[in-house]
Amino acid sequence: MQELTGAQALVRSLEQQGVEVVFGLPGGTILPTYDPLLSSSLRHVLVRHEQGAGHAAEGYAWATGRPGVCMATSGPGATNLVTALSDAYMDSVPMVAITGQVGTSLIGSDAFQEADITGITLPITKHSELVTDVARIPAAIAEAFHVATTGRPGPVLIDVPKDVQQATGPWSWPPVMDLPGYQVPGPPSLTAISAAAALLVRARRPVLYVGGGVIKSDAHADLLRLAELCQAPVTTTLMARGAFPDAHPLALGMPGMHGTYPAVAALQEADLVVALGARFDDRVTGRLADFAPRATIVHADIDPAEVGKNRAADVAIIGDLRLTMAALADAVAAALPDGPDGRQPLAGTADWLAVLDSWKRQFPLRYTQDSDGPLKPQYVTERLSALTGGEAIIVAGVGQHQMHAAQHYSFTRPRSWINSGGAGTMGFAVPAAMGAQVGRPGELVVAIDGDGCFQMTAQELATCAIEKIPIKVLIFNNGFLGMVRQWQELFYDERYSSVELGTAIPDYVKLAEAYGCVGLRCERPDEVDTVLDKALARTDVPVVVDFRTHDREGVFPMVPAGRANDEIVLGPEFSADEQRAATRREMEI
Amino acid sequence: MSTHTLAVLAENKPGVLSHIAGLFSRRAFNISSLAVGPTQDERVSRFTIVVDGASTPVDQVCKQLEKLVRVLKVVELSDGAAVERELALIKVRVDPAVRGQLLEVAGVFGASVVDMSPTTLVLEAVSSPAKLDALLAMLDSYGTCELVRTGRIALARGAGVITDDGPALTAVPEPADTAA
Ligand SMILES: Cc1ncc(C[n+]2csc(CCOP(=O)(O)OP(=O)(O)O)c2C)c(N)n1
Ligand SMILES: [Mg+2]
Repeated sequence: MQELTGAQALVRSLEQQGVEVVFGLPGGTILPTYDPLLSSSLRHVLVRHEQGAGHAAEGYAWATGRPGVCMATSGPGATNLVTALSDAYMDSVPMVAITGQVGTSLIGSDAFQEADITGITLPITKHSELVTDVARIPAAIAEAFHVATTGRPGPVLIDVPKDVQQATGPWSWPPVMDLPGYQVPGPPSLTAISAAAALLVRARRPVLYVGGGVIKSDAHADLLRLAELCQAPVTTTLMARGAFPDAHPLALGMPGMHGTYPAVAALQEADLVVALGARFDDRVTGRLADFAPRATIVHADIDPAEVGKNRAADVAIIGDLRLTMAALADAVAAALPDGPDGRQPLAGTADWLAVLDSWKRQFPLRYTQDSDGPLKPQYVTERLSALTGGEAIIVAGVGQHQMHAAQHYSFTRPRSWINSGGAGTMGFAVPAAMGAQVGRPGELVVAIDGDGCFQMTAQELATCAIEKIPIKVLIFNNGFLGMVRQWQELFYDERYSSVELGTAIPDYVKLAEAYGCVGLRCERPDEVDTVLDKALARTDVPVVVDFRTHDREGVFPMVPAGRANDEIVLGPEFSADEQRAATRREMEI
Repeated sequence: MSTHTLAVLAENKPGVLSHIAGLFSRRAFNISSLAVGPTQDERVSRFTIVVDGASTPVDQVCKQLEKLVRVLKVVELSDGAAVERELALIKVRVDPAVRGQLLEVAGVFGASVVDMSPTTLVLEAVSSPAKLDALLAMLDSYGTCELVRTGRIALARGAGVITDDGPALTAVPEPADTAA
């Protein structure tokens, strides 16, 4: 049997797993592994901060569906990964983090750069292991990838002491995995599928409540089939934007705190809510007791613990959504009446769809862009959407710009929307866009970032410039921590406490240039198309655009935190009469 | 208090206890008692966990425990259908005048004297939690000065056996291209 050092075995295992790129930054305890990396087929992208490596691995995974890999040294290197691991855990992103650890004999002695990283990350990883035996390395890596990518995906951390990397052990591949307690749910129950299909066929006011699981399981094609067969409207959560084309007549847009009125109201009035890879998050449900009060609930998910966690399910379907959706669409098709051209769509939802259409017309996403007024973030997003035909891969930070991007970009396909949903991590966009671009090199990757968020991880522009990763970063520079400013405006009597950043410092154009990127600025609505054209045309270098957007623009509609979805506020663009009509919501079906 | 007793089989590996304890704190589940030890299979540890059903959703606890990679099996032992035991060591201060009385109380509860000094007794009691509580209440009037309890352990009555019947070893799948 061949003998390899632990470091060689680690790199070889990554190659065997099909990994093509590792995002990382070396240091003392991971040095042994960086040596064989030099002669490996793996591409290593040297980041400027380990948090960037973590988010890049996430962006890569979101964009490709393959696990992202990041690497760091012990102590501060490892703790710099913590935010990204927590982010990946909240959003079920498949990711493997590899950290160096101090030598086995030093563990527990407060050695230089020692941190108990498996302990620190215990509640924010799907699994973790401190590998203490060099012979375990291939199996530990194989298990890490297996656990990260199967079932409900998530981050796995493998911590390898320096002496284990240096020791020699037997090499063979594939290793035998030892995961007796790890079970991936099998195919969905046919009884549950038929029960759900029967409900769907009978429902008068159904809504398909689609979450990120549909994208993760590549179930979008069957989602389209199911929606069209049932003539059921579809709402895609912040995690699922792109799972269903926004231009489709059955699309309602996003639900939740900043969801569209038709999506929020449809869930409130529904007689049947079919949750597909969604988890009844508080940002979607508003006050839980008042969410979808009249609806029977079908809940399909691969994670049994999500079903019944927040809202009791009348029908639970546990299993891979790709299988679930295909079976559900088949079952519905079989239950539909035969027409002259085969199966005919149900007519039972026509009245419901008419109501929803009238809501779409009455209560759309509304904003005003004066031709000589301040630049509106919604307008920039819509122009981007038009100029890219909805085909760009959009990566967002966290805040108002994220919500404007999610609302106003018209998505056409899955894996074209990448953001930090569950954790809401400022600083996600630039490194995640970098990872997405590495995973999909030929495509247009555009980060829509806030001025606050951008400054948290802007250093990865250097990585992008040097590694020739030509992302576009559109900064919606409103000079504020805008989302926090909005909450202070609405809920703290306009007492603005520590939210003003200023628009001028740093000079984002100069900063971009300093980082070897192209820097552009846009201050007026009539410049937007020209500047966007210019930015999108550069495929050789990263581009940063400083959009000076209106500082008092809010995100609407809005369901205030902790309130019922029925208390949705349409915002300043709507009259008191319109708000009353929206709240009363007269309909008869 | 409606308590639920869970039998949890887990791999006997480092960190398993902190995984399980960490899950309870992270999810704000309340543990009333936790006891752990090896089983007849050295690779497997068995935890007995008692949770308070009023403050903690037991179904969620089971599902979340089952998700832990090192956890092999979670079974809720239904009330009455399991033998439940706790061991306590109790140091009681005794006046020689009431020593006889105290020994009588201990005898009624099946507790035995495992140490004695001129002024104290150490009792060992193994019994159901309810009976143990009753004994402790009795002893209070004599002056309990030190108490240590093990936490509940439990085993289902009858011929049924809780085993780790999961797949023993899994082969590595084809690399990359997962449907994650
Ligand atoms: C790391 C982190 N710190 C703080 C917050 C709280 N927070 C949420 S949105 C936001 C403002 C973001 O400002 P900016 O990036 O300028 O975006 P804008 O809302 O102005 O579009 C803050 C501070 C957070 N989500 N993440
Ligand atoms: Mg801002």
